[in-house]
Amino acid sequence: MHTVLQSPGESRSTINEQLTKADKIRLLRDMYRIRRFEQTSLKYYNLGRMGGFLHLYSGQEAVAVGTISLLGENDHVITAYRDHGHALAAGMSMNECMAELFGKATGCSKGKGGSMHFFAPDKRYWGGHGIVGGQTPLGAGIAYALKYKHIPGCCLCYLGDGAINQGAFHESLNLAALFQLPVVYIIENNGYSMGTSQKRSSAYKGSLAERAEAYNIAWDVFIGEDLYEVRNRTNIAVERARKAQQPTLLEIQTYRYYGHSVADANAKKYRTSEEIDDYKNNHDPLQIFGKALLNEEVLTQADIQEIDKAAKEEANAAVAFAEESPLPQESDILTDVYWEVDNQTEAAKHGSYFFNS
Amino acid sequence: MPITIEMPKLSDTMTEGTLLRWVKKVGDTVAVGDVLAEVETDKATMEMEAFDEGTLSEVYVGDGQTVQVGQKLALLLGDGEAKPAESKSGSPVSKQSDVQKKPDTEKKASQTKQPEPVPASQPLKPAEAESGVRVKASPLARKVAAELGVQLQTLPGSGPGGRIVRDDVLSAHENRSQTVPQAPKPAAPATPAAIPPLAVSQEDIKIQLGGMRRTIAARLLEAKTTIPHFYLQADVDAEPLVQLRQQLNTANEAAGLPKFTVNDFILKATAVTAAHVPKANASFAGDTIVQYGSVQLACAVAIDDGLVTPVIRDAQAKSLSQISAEIKDLAAKARSKKLKPEQYQGGTLTVSNLGSYGVDQFFAIINPPQSLILSVGAILKKPVVNAAGAIVPGQRIVFGLSCDHRVVDGAIGAQFLAELKRLLETPALMLV
Amino acid sequence: MALITYREALRTALDEEILRDENVVVIGEEVAQYNGAYKVTEGLWAAHGDTRLVDTPISEAGFVGMGIGAAMLGLRPVIELMFWSFAYVAFDQIVNNAGCVRYMSGGLLNVPIVIRGPANGGTNVGATHSHTPENLLANMPGLKVVAPATAYDAKGLLKTSIRDNDPVMFMENTLLYGEKWEVPDNEYLIPLGQADIKRPGSDVSLIAHGRAVLTCLKAAELLAAEHDIDAEVVDLRSIRPLDEETVLNSVRKTHRAVVVEEGKPFCGIGAQLASTIQERAFDDLDAPIGRVAALDAPAIYSPPLEKRQLPDPQRVIEKVLRLS
Repeated sequence: MHTVLQSPGESRSTINEQLTKADKIRLLRDMYRIRRFEQTSLKYYNLGRMGGFLHLYSGQEAVAVGTISLLGENDHVITAYRDHGHALAAGMSMNECMAELFGKATGCSKGKGGSMHFFAPDKRYWGGHGIVGGQTPLGAGIAYALKYKHIPGCCLCYLGDGAINQGAFHESLNLAALFQLPVVYIIENNGYSMGTSQKRSSAYKGSLAERAEAYNIAWDVFIGEDLYEVRNRTNIAVERARKAQQPTLLEIQTYRYYGHSVADANAKKYRTSEEIDDYKNNHDPLQIFGKALLNEEVLTQADIQEIDKAAKEEANAAVAFAEESPLPQESDILTDVYWEVDNQTEAAKHGSYFFNS
Repeated sequence: MPITIEMPKLSDTMTEGTLLRWVKKVGDTVAVGDVLAEVETDKATMEMEAFDEGTLSEVYVGDGQTVQVGQKLALLLGDGEAKPAESKSGSPVSKQSDVQKKPDTEKKASQTKQPEPVPASQPLKPAEAESGVRVKASPLARKVAAELGVQLQTLPGSGPGGRIVRDDVLSAHENRSQTVPQAPKPAAPATPAAIPPLAVSQEDIKIQLGGMRRTIAARLLEAKTTIPHFYLQADVDAEPLVQLRQQLNTANEAAGLPKFTVNDFILKATAVTAAHVPKANASFAGDTIVQYGSVQLACAVAIDDGLVTPVIRDAQAKSLSQISAEIKDLAAKARSKKLKPEQYQGGTLTVSNLGSYGVDQFFAIINPPQSLILSVGAILKKPVVNAAGAIVPGQRIVFGLSCDHRVVDGAIGAQFLAELKRLLETPALMLV
Repeated sequence: MALITYREALRTALDEEILRDENVVVIGEEVAQYNGAYKVTEGLWAAHGDTRLVDTPISEAGFVGMGIGAAMLGLRPVIELMFWSFAYVAFDQIVNNAGCVRYMSGGLLNVPIVIRGPANGGTNVGATHSHTPENLLANMPGLKVVAPATAYDAKGLLKTSIRDNDPVMFMENTLLYGEKWEVPDNEYLIPLGQADIKRPGSDVSLIAHGRAVLTCLKAAELLAAEHDIDAEVVDLRSIRPLDEETVLNSVRKTHRAVVVEEGKPFCGIGAQLASTIQERAFDDLDAPIGRVAALDAPAIYSPPLEKRQLPDPQRVIEKVLRLS
């Protein structure tokens, strides 16, 4: 069982004081939507409607919703394969996401990407990436472009506790510090890289984020079950990126209720059911934030149930949308490979681009 | 609404699961997230959770049973609900398999479209398979040989390993006096002659009969045994023909037009002759004789291990150029096995030319239901008696005419040959 | 028109594109203050400064991936690899990110990046520094691969590659950097996917890319002088997209083909071309298709032997004679 650490780091910011009632309700609703979307996806995965992998975000909702709620029109997001939560938090619709899981042409990637590859460039959400740690240099690149273009924004680049040992991540940290890139690397530490606990995967001193010391990068570690706290602590890093053009490495300790992916047969072997139940009962981010809002009298218990019900209905409606949607055509297999070919430019007229026989 | 619980797909590779043990029993209340049963998958034992709430009203699969993913396991009823009249058959993976089914049915549909009727005299297998002996030739050499009507089997190959290459084909082509190969149709021996043993004993080669060879065997046996053949021959002065050919070819070459072969002239003359002697252009039909109103002139063409007789339609109305072009095209198609039935059926008489093979004269077998076949020998240099009674060198062709005595009597046959000779020895007559 | 080196041609192309488009930025090891490990970028940092010429640490996966991320947002990075042999440490970024993100997003984004550097053997630098990965990269739908053989082609193709909106892998050659060709002073572009007949001929098509083109030209001279064989030399210039039509038309004319490459034989460029030629020009072939490639072992160090390991005009001639 991973221990909850006391976090060092700077004092809290006042970012939460700016939240209106409506904002707070929206934040709670976003978490419920993610929870229900994931649950519904699981149900239909088990019914054989989806292929491949399904990495569920249930339990980690406060991290995506909390951090992304801080972002503005100059800020960008990129994450790994446990990406449904970030996608919905960034503003993608359940319909396009569910249709993508069902492999339909109406999916956000036209059925070509699947669960691990949701993208929405128009919402400044850059995916959805399957290779562990592979997205971390991309995050540095996005930040590089922002700085190059003099855009006062930042890039939030998420990774798991299992990804921090990939070489590409170390290279990214070095480049971020060396080039002073406005990137915030967020380690969503749910304690396990697939079936292997943190202690058995990583050599570290106090925390995983403390590795930032080696690169002279600012860092922080805190618990991610309280959405207010997530916003407070992350905002410091976001401001540092936007204003000082400096990177930060955050480690947010969180938990996933399900296995690494749906196919993870040992989810209840490498973790005890007591541990899982403890989180469900005492550390669930939806419960914690819901209680906080009840105390603030922002809404009532009935309102929360209504939010939950609406989220469930929205997820079911997304399933109906996905079921009714058509599959891609066979000719779609060969589109979206080359920009020049898809846009039928002059460049596309010379030479063979495909070699089917 | 009653909810059917089906065997879930608990891993990306799972196709069936074993329901080890029901945790909930019939009559138990079920809430979302409750464990319903323990299921063993291909990878591990997992707990099957409920996604809906209700009362477990029916269980279809017992402890220890193995079922496919998607098979129904149990029924959950909501408050106040009754069992549905007919139980739904669980097939959650049907959507996926529907998608998979389509390409199969499409495949089947396209398979039923295929076969075209195979013509009787078209060879069904490639030449090599029939003879068992493969000719080593480059693809280009084969293509050019087919176009020019050059037989590959007898060519020497100058390429590596004795491969026949294009230049070999072109050289062979230039060395021939006539470009259209002739079909060998020798008088069939009554019984196969005794084959003398080889000086150095080698293994016998067994050659499987292909479709074409079978057909040839059957038809020619029928022809020889049922048609009362008799034979006439005539010796024709070929000089006027040779001179005219030279003249026309020189002009054509200058104009970039194709050249004529000697056989082209013979075909033209035969067509005109048949039009002038209609009694020879006829067929025995049991109790009638059919005199044809047009000349459908068949010409024998040798192809790999066999022959076909493509037909020049309405040859009586065609010019020398048209006949020349047509026979060239038909011969090429014949060699590349692309003749359609309407291109080799319906001939009213046939010409067979073995001149390029060096045969002096011969008498081919009639192609039923025709009544005539004209056999053409080589142009031979011979001493001849001229008008003044002197012996001079001449160029002669001997024509053999095989006739069906039921239709064509000696006089008609003679008339045919006389007319042919007249036209060939004064080729300008073919203009009028 | 001027007689300039291959590296000068590349430099001119970079300079022109940097001036033309503010989003073009050259990134790599030693590209700026060192003036380029092979002096391709010499003078560019002095002219354009730190933001346009960026020195990186030795961190290919990191800076290649960073370039790809920046390209997603609209920059046009030109990443220099000191050797294409160093691409392998960044292979995941190249293949899975540059090569796949457009497809996996259903066409929502594109990666207008150029990765360039020398891909060649023949310099005695040993097996790990002598790779020629054009065939591996060309296997990947989503990537483009270009391999100019002359300074003229290098300039025109690099400019086009930088303006191309898809990821382009640009293969140069350290042995060609110092060679000179006539190159126009004015701006010109050469499209990708267009091969070039470097020497017209009638008896056999010698098909190659990169330095092997020069080998074929020498072989063609000797074939004409000593064997009375008139060889046509087809320079592919672009591997993917590939100008199949020019290759096929050449073979339809000459009826014989030999594909020459400096890479290793298995699944090399020649394998792809031989397959295409036999399928689409079968009836025009008067001989089997031949291939000449590097001898099938890791690049040997010993200088005279490495020379033998790579295709030379003599091996090309032997192959032509043996197949005919």
